[in-house]
Amino acid sequence: MSEHLTVTVDGERATAVPGQTVAALLIGLGRRSWRTTRGDGRPRGVFCGIGVCFDCLVVVNGEPDVRACRRRVADGDAIRVQHGAETPS
Amino acid sequence: MSAPPPVTIVGAGPAGLAAARAAASAGARVRLIDAEPSPGGQYLRGDALAGPHGGAAGQGAHVPDGAEHISDTEVWALEPLPGGGARLHLRSGPADGSGGARTADAPVLVLATGAHDRVLPFPGWDLPGVVTAGAAQALAKSQRTAIGRTAVVAGTGPFLLPVTRSLIGAGARVAAVLEANAPVSGWLRCAGGAAAGFGKFGELVGHTAVLARRRVPYRTRTAVIAAHGDGVLEAVTTVRLDPGWRPLPGTERTIAADALCLGFGFTPRLELAVAAGCATTGGFVRVDAAQATSAPGVFAAGEPTGIGGAALAAAEGEVAGTAAARACGHPVVAPLGALRRVRAGRRFAAALAAAHPLRPGWTRWPRDDTPVCRCEEVTLSDLHAAARSASGGRAFRLASRAGLGLCQGRVCGRNTAELIGLTDDDAQRFDRRPIAVPVRLGDLADGT
Repeated sequence: MSEHLTVTVDGERATAVPGQTVAALLIGLGRRSWRTTRGDGRPRGVFCGIGVCFDCLVVVNGEPDVRACRRRVADGDAIRVQHGAETPS
Repeated sequence: MSAPPPVTIVGAGPAGLAAARAAASAGARVRLIDAEPSPGGQYLRGDALAGPHGGAAGQGAHVPDGAEHISDTEVWALEPLPGGGARLHLRSGPADGSGGARTADAPVLVLATGAHDRVLPFPGWDLPGVVTAGAAQALAKSQRTAIGRTAVVAGTGPFLLPVTRSLIGAGARVAAVLEANAPVSGWLRCAGGAAAGFGKFGELVGHTAVLARRRVPYRTRTAVIAAHGDGVLEAVTTVRLDPGWRPLPGTERTIAADALCLGFGFTPRLELAVAAGCATTGGFVRVDAAQATSAPGVFAAGEPTGIGGAALAAAEGEVAGTAAARACGHPVVAPLGALRRVRAGRRFAAALAAAHPLRPGWTRWPRDDTPVCRCEEVTLSDLHAAARSASGGRAFRLASRAGLGLCQGRVCGRNTAELIGLTDDDAQRFDRRPIAVPVRLGDLADGT
C-alpha cells in the first residue's frame, strides 16, 4: 500500500491507510479506550464493532459522537478522545 | 401506463444481495441501500484495506449488473406510505458526519437488516477490551486488526469458532474458547442438525481443525463471570456452569487476557420493520411463505425473521426478491429451489436454537452494581428499584432510563426484559426506535 493518510490523534501525528476505520487506527496505535462515559466517567472503546452500541464515540474534526468503528479515516482528520457528552466545536 | 416501481432493498448482506439478484433477474429495477462502503454485510465482509480507495467486496458479495448500489447510507427513519411500502429517510456520507440527508419512497421494500451479537452482563463487562464476537470478527476480516494479543472467546453457538479462527489469523493468541452449552459437535450429529444438510458441517470441521492444530482449549459448560483490569481488561474469571448456567462454586479460574470476545447468539435488527408496521412474533418479524410481512409492500428476509445464518438468509432473500419483483408487476417464476432451501434452513436453525439456548442461570451473573444498560450506566440494583416503583414497561423505562441512551436498548433491551421479567409486550417496546440512527439536528432540518 503506497498511499497513506496523515491525521492527528489527540494532537499527535499518525498515519493511516485508505479504508481503515478510526477504531482500527486507534487499536493499531495501542489505544484500548478513547471515550469516558457521561455519568461515571468510565473508559470505553470498541464494543460491538458494527455501529450498534455507540460505545466507541470519538470527536473527529470538532464533531463529537462519531462511531469510531464505522468512520473511515480521511486525510487530515483531527481525531481526539470524547469526554462525556460534548457539543460540536 | 407508468413504469413499475423499483424494488428497494435495505441491507447488502447475504439476504439483501440475494434479494437484489432475484429481483434484477425478474426484470425489476433494484435499489440496494447499505450503510457500509462495500457490499457483503457482516458475513461476507471483505478486506477494507485491499483496494486503493478502501475496500474490496467480500467473496460472494456480488451486486447484480444494473442495480443501483447506494452505499455508505443509513436509513435513519422510516414512515409507512398510505399505498404500501415506506418513505425512507436516508443519510449518506462518512459515518456520523453532517449533510447528505434525503428521502426516498419505496412502494415495494425488502428489509434485510441483519442482526447483532447478544452479550450478557457480568461484573467488568464494560471494561475496554471486552468486545462482542462480531467486533473481533469485523476488525480481523475487514481491518486486519487483532483486538488484543491474548484473547478469550466465550458465549454460546457455532459463531465462536470462526471468530476464533479470525483472531488467530489476525495474529492474536486465543487462550481459551468457552462454550456455555454442550459441545457444538453434538447437535451436528443429530438428525435435526447435520441431516438438514446445510453445508455447515464441513465449515465447522474446518474451524475445529484450526483450533486443534493451535491447541486452543475448548471448554464446554464454562463461562466468564468477571472481567478484571485497571481501566482496561487484564484478566477474566471463568467458572463451570450447571446445565441451567448457574455458576458452580469452587470452579473459578483466572486467565490473563487483554481481549474478551463474547457472543450469546444474535439479536435481530428490527427497528425499521417495527417502524414500517410489520407484526412480530416472539421477537421476530412475521412473514408468509413469500417473505411478505403484515405491512403492505414490505418484505423481510434474513435474521429479522429468525436467526438462521447466511445460507438461510440468502434463500429467504431470493424468495423475497422474487416476490417483491412480482409486487412491482413483473412476471416471475416460483423460486422452488430457494423455497426448499428456506424450509431446510429453518429446520437447521431450529436445531441450532435448541442446542444453544440462553439458560436462565445467566441472570445470576451480574451483581447489584453491574451496569446492565451501558449507555445510561443503569445497574442491576437500579433496574430492580425502578421495577418496584413503576408499573408497566414504559414507566419502567422512564424510571430506570435503561434503553434510553444512544444505542436505544439494542444492547440491553432483551437482557433487561429477562432480568426484570417484563411481559412480551413491554419487552417489545425496546424494538421501537422512531429514529433508527441518531442524526444531527442540521440534517433533521434539511432532510425531512
